[in-house]
Amino acid sequence: MISINHYLVLSTILFFVGIYGFIARKNMLAVLISVELVLNAVEINFSVFNRYLYPEQMEGMFFSLFGIAISAAETAVAIAIIINVYRNIQNIDIRHIDKLKG
Amino acid sequence: MELSSNLIIFYLLAAFMVVSAILAVASKRIMRAATCLLFVLIGTAGLYLLLNYHFLAAVQLSVYAGGILVLFLFAIFLTNPKGDAVEPRDKRRVIMGIAGALCGAVVTGIIVLKQFFLYPVPDGAIGDHEVSMKVIGTALMGTEKYQYLLPFEALSVLLLACIIGGILIARKS
Repeated sequence: MISINHYLVLSTILFFVGIYGFIARKNMLAVLISVELVLNAVEINFSVFNRYLYPEQMEGMFFSLFGIAISAAETAVAIAIIINVYRNIQNIDIRHIDKLKG
Repeated sequence: MELSSNLIIFYLLAAFMVVSAILAVASKRIMRAATCLLFVLIGTAGLYLLLNYHFLAAVQLSVYAGGILVLFLFAIFLTNPKGDAVEPRDKRRVIMGIAGALCGAVVTGIIVLKQFFLYPVPDGAIGDHEVSMKVIGTALMGTEKYQYLLPFEALSVLLLACIIGGILIARKS
């Protein structure tokens, strides 16, 4: 029997791999990919908690569902911003995006 | 017998997902990272199938693996004149990232492994308790307690705003 801890350990690993990528990558698209990993781990957690602790209800499943849709929207806007940045400075390296720095 | 085969499938999926996730954040080529992200997302759909959330697995495959990945590939092609450019590594950032991720992972791992959940997991919880499509549909379209018409509509407004915003931001002025 797969216990709940199996899933939680897996999603913990995925979450912190995403955190690592968020800190360490320099390409904006790679940072966005790491954010997707983090969101994905969170959605696994929602549905696992729902299935194991409250199998009669489905709140967690709907949270995952809405989370997937919201992360799709977030990705679309972020990619639009990235393409715009690329059009302006021909680069999507986060070290070169410092126009707002004082 | 069935339970142990479930466990084997879970371990296979987990190993696949962890390796793909690490490749997705560690590979220098952005295109390879996107492909590894696709593998992680497909593995997640497999996990949802293991949990008997068939609708969620279908949504995961169609929205994430179908939609978002195509978006990523378009963005990579649009922002990378050399196609598959190699990204030089920044040692300080890598060390910072490993340190931060390890600290967080250790704390969370200890909490997860020491936790005894308040409600014991019933044995048949994961059996053949599939949420039927009809139940999902009524819950998504109803206005009573535990039904989700309002968030659903708010989400559609969000998606509309997102489409308009994306066009506004990305169009040539």
